[in-house]
Amino acid sequence: MVAKDTEGLWVYAERRGSSFTPVSLEILGKAKELSRQLSVELTAVTVGNDGGAAAELRRYGPDHVLELVHPLLTRHDGKAYTKAIGMAIQKAHPSTLLLGATRNGQDLAGRLAVRLRTGLTAHVTSLELDGSGQLVGWVPGFGGGIEAGITCPEKRPQMVTVRPGVFTAPPEGAPAGDVETVKVDLSEEDLGSHRVAFEPKGTSIDLTRADVIVVGGRGTDGNFSRIEELARRLGGEVGATRVATDAGWVDRDRMIGQTGVITRPKLVLVLGVSGAVQFTVGIEGAGTVVAVNRDPQAPIFEHADLGIVGDLGPIVESLLRSLGEA
Amino acid sequence: MHIVVCMKVVPRPEEVKVDLATKMLDRAGARSVINSSDMNALETALAFRDAHGGKVTVLSMGPPPFEPYLRVALAVGADEAILLSDRAFGGADTLATSYTLAAGIRKIGKVDLVLCGEESSDGGTSQVPPSIAEWLNASQATYVERIVAGKHGTVHATRVLEDGKETVELSVPAVISMIVGSNEPRFIDYDRWAFAQSAKVHVWNEKELAGDPQYLGLKGSPTAVAGLREVKKAGRRRETVTVAPDEAAAKIKAEIDRAGLARS
Repeated sequence: MVAKDTEGLWVYAERRGSSFTPVSLEILGKAKELSRQLSVELTAVTVGNDGGAAAELRRYGPDHVLELVHPLLTRHDGKAYTKAIGMAIQKAHPSTLLLGATRNGQDLAGRLAVRLRTGLTAHVTSLELDGSGQLVGWVPGFGGGIEAGITCPEKRPQMVTVRPGVFTAPPEGAPAGDVETVKVDLSEEDLGSHRVAFEPKGTSIDLTRADVIVVGGRGTDGNFSRIEELARRLGGEVGATRVATDAGWVDRDRMIGQTGVITRPKLVLVLGVSGAVQFTVGIEGAGTVVAVNRDPQAPIFEHADLGIVGDLGPIVESLLRSLGEA
Repeated sequence: MHIVVCMKVVPRPEEVKVDLATKMLDRAGARSVINSSDMNALETALAFRDAHGGKVTVLSMGPPPFEPYLRVALAVGADEAILLSDRAFGGADTLATSYTLAAGIRKIGKVDLVLCGEESSDGGTSQVPPSIAEWLNASQATYVERIVAGKHGTVHATRVLEDGKETVELSVPAVISMIVGSNEPRFIDYDRWAFAQSAKVHVWNEKELAGDPQYLGLKGSPTAVAGLREVKKAGRRRETVTVAPDEAAAKIKAEIDRAGLARS
């Protein structure tokens, strides 16, 4: 029996492999802070074919862990997961449900919001409470460095998906909170899809967790080999603008910005990037920004700590030499 | 198979202006374009029809000036076009938008596949396809790069996920969202151009759609825009210099050392 929790704040902890998606833990940290401000309890809800995932979640501060289990729930299926979580929510009536804006997180959120006939704010990069304790999700976009604050004034639960990388996962603590495991009432017809093949990605790239990123844009003319070398020497990752990924110079999961990844590295080198706002929203959280561009008027210099006006090639070669001597 | 392709007409993002004083968006000056991944969805639908037979209907929601964009879809190869257009549909968030599109699909009748783009370039929520699936009680696959016909009338869809590619078997009816760039959309077929010009684009208003008014438009939208503001800019030093490559490299190296990141 799920406890009734009409004020509660719920976080969907999305399982991936034997653990959870990083964004699930990032949201738990932020949700803990919000739940304390609102004086409500925090529940982490997870779905799978077995229990046993709760132990890890208990280290990230929720007051309760709710595990929804059924042998058929071996992998994400938007339809079946909607049924599982939908039933739990209709029983407990939490006020808020936060989800990570991963591909499966969004696959679930869009469907679940309709099941619950409620409002969904997608892809937020910050969460705030207004004067009356109303949750406001801020969404960047709209072309001109503007973000919109979206609320869901009446319907409950209000649903929000959060961009990966915008919050920091709390440090692991001592296990706390209780665990409730609920067997979901489910049958074969509730599944909308069956997996017939899975091809894991050789190396999984997660730019949200990189300390150093070397970004190349149009100004590289597609010559990324030296940028890769620079990233390798710095122990960092290669990032790219939309121009560079659309041109096929770099894989799309390395795209930074509004339609890509929001990053927060300690250092980012931005090479041959003009600095459209659709890109710069992805590096606002960086510790130090160094930009190199041939055009002294490039907007990227407004977003850099150190800006260098000059040709990319010779500067990169000289930098590689000086790093080699270190 | 009857395939419905949901298509959105969006302003060119680079042409949307923002009035910083009033913090209002001005889309009036922006030219419109068919949302990029919707063209990938249309191409997927046309290729599937060409291989297996059936019919492709394009469905959009918006004001009457969107009609010519539906004719583009007809000229590219779609068999029929429907525009859901009524003031009552305006101001819709993803809940109301998905409801209206789903009501249109229900009115069309027997539909096997609904293909959408992964997300729109203006709203960018990616929530409409799975929402349509729920309204229709259909199966769903989002972020798909390829579909092929499976056994017994099923469809196999390959989803691109963060940790790999997953191929799933879907029972129909199914709603599928295609990722941008998943194929090369075909050009306008000039033999079809005349047909597209004279073909009827069906326009359905609220009365003809016969949906539940409580789920339409602004009234059916639980979310609200509480405010607009400028994105907070990090306080950057903004030191900009024009120096020779070696000096430039030395300055960058100093930043790297200061951040304590150089690998020994």
